[in-house]
Amino acid sequence: MNPASFSLTWRCLRVWKRDWLVNRQSWHISFLVPLLEPILYVAAFGVGFRALIPELQYRGETVSYVMFMAPALIATSIMYNAFFENTYSSFVRMYYQKTYDAIMATPLSVEEIITGEILWGATKSLLAATVMLVVLSLFGLIRYPDSLGILPLAFLGGLCFGSIGMAFTGVVKNIDMFNLPIFLLLTPMFLFSGTFFPIDTLPGWAQAVAWTLPLTHLVALARVMTFGVLTWQDALISGGYLLALTAVCFPLALMAMRRRLIK
Amino acid sequence: MANPEQSIPVVAAENLRKCYGSFVAVNDISFNVGRGELFGILGPNGAGKTSTIRMIYGFSPLSGGSLTVFGKNVTTDWRSIRARLGVCHQDNNLDTEMSVRQNLEVFGTFFGIPAPVARKRATDLLEFFGLAHREKARVGELSGGLMRRLVLARALINEPELLILDEPTTGLDPQSRQQLWEQLARLKKRGVTILLTTHYMEEAAQLCDRLIIIDRGRILVEGRPRDLVGEYVGNQVIESSPVCEGLREFVKARKLDHEDLGHRLLIYCKNDEALYREITGQYCQDNCILRMGTLEDVFLKLTGRELRE
Ligand SMILES: Nc1ncnc2c1ncn2[C@@H]1O[C@H](COP(=O)(O)OP(=O)(O)OP(=O)(O)O)[C@@H](O)[C@H]1O
Ligand SMILES: [Mg+2]
Repeated sequence: MNPASFSLTWRCLRVWKRDWLVNRQSWHISFLVPLLEPILYVAAFGVGFRALIPELQYRGETVSYVMFMAPALIATSIMYNAFFENTYSSFVRMYYQKTYDAIMATPLSVEEIITGEILWGATKSLLAATVMLVVLSLFGLIRYPDSLGILPLAFLGGLCFGSIGMAFTGVVKNIDMFNLPIFLLLTPMFLFSGTFFPIDTLPGWAQAVAWTLPLTHLVALARVMTFGVLTWQDALISGGYLLALTAVCFPLALMAMRRRLIK
Repeated sequence: MANPEQSIPVVAAENLRKCYGSFVAVNDISFNVGRGELFGILGPNGAGKTSTIRMIYGFSPLSGGSLTVFGKNVTTDWRSIRARLGVCHQDNNLDTEMSVRQNLEVFGTFFGIPAPVARKRATDLLEFFGLAHREKARVGELSGGLMRRLVLARALINEPELLILDEPTTGLDPQSRQQLWEQLARLKKRGVTILLTTHYMEEAAQLCDRLIIIDRGRILVEGRPRDLVGEYVGNQVIESSPVCEGLREFVKARKLDHEDLGHRLLIYCKNDEALYREITGQYCQDNCILRMGTLEDVFLKLTGRELRE
């Protein structure tokens, strides 16, 4: 190992392919959310909020509130898609369906199965980001070609949040326990990562905390890609942060799942 | 074809051991399975059958001993070993998100089988297992028997040389079970080596060339079903239920090989019609039968009668 040692090859793509195939059968459902979600938000914040917050300053640029919020919407969706896929969906496959047990009787290792699943989670993030990008473009909220950078960013963000999710999947006792990381991690991030208001309006200590959150970096990058200027500091700090966190969480996820699956 | 692999056992276990923490589930067992053989592992619940099987297909690390499959080490060569074997797990771990046919084809891709080949094989297997008319059905819509057949079909998608079946017929009706036996016989004829666990002694007696009975992680006996019956219970059993008056004393006085279950008394004998006539003449007019010894008698005699787990 399987029994003895770590083993990760391109064969993980076979698991990715399985997930792709299954998902293709219900693509209309998977597309509905990223399709409608931005429309709802734009309607609520663009129309409803306009009177309250006509426009705001972000890094010296004056932007409307919807414009400010649009990239954050994509970023949170990147987070949720991969995280949910590699928690609830993966847990169902692992625990209830025993799909992983079945696959482990074929020439695939645990590492390959889990990597395939994480790659699939990242793919879902990418697909959702693509759909949202198209929808938001129709409202004129996206600037090209810089915004295309969001696509690779979505995949990286997906890998990062998928790995975090999968690490939880490796340790939770039952499926209800996912409420815990969602309540303690995802929801606070959703609210405080510079999604709905700029971080610099927060007190200093809160800003410092916010910058430790991965979503903050994802939002920041998505934002400069849609209407700002991507500086090398952004790329280095935020990009580097996401890469580093992925580099830590991915092996953690593999180890947690190995411990859980190999008996 | 002169193949050096022909002569080495398909599975060779030596002092195989599996511990979960301090609990020893498989306790230094040794056995060989020869090419083309149908080999059975029998044992009560919790005996260690599934644990043994999990080591054979390279799922569980060994806690001790050595184990080779196709002459290769399971710990280091698990990938190439798995490419050549099929596993039918104890629980139906089918992919409920896919159709019957997809379950076969996608499983084929896990083995790296090219899609057109997998499609062709899936068609053949659906035919072979009488699933062709349900190929588009979701797995969740299938009856327990059809699911079991699909699990078995899936285990054959890579045309394995060794087929490992963990209780393949549990939960099947007599018709499905008979049909599955026939299919196993056909596979065996094709030269597939089969390793089987079961709780149905009749099944083991009919199918297995050779078997081991294990209990609490240890092998109690190994042999051919007929030989085991002959050796451990004789080929005939006189069974009295409820136990006739005076029979217990008679059995003790004669020092007959017997087992007293309270409401039932079993006397193991070898072609002793005279004994049966004597007993029915003297003690029991009714309530006493002479029947063939079975593997179930052997199993119960060796593993005892108390419940496990
Ligand atoms: N992952 C595990 N962790 C701890 N104990 C285990 C584990 N798997 C099995 N056991 C224990 O090891 C023993 C053997 O289990 P195993 O599943 O091999 O039995 P079995 O012969 O297949 O039984 P059954 O006929 O009920 O399927 C049992 O006592 C079981 O509780
Ligand atoms: Mg078992």
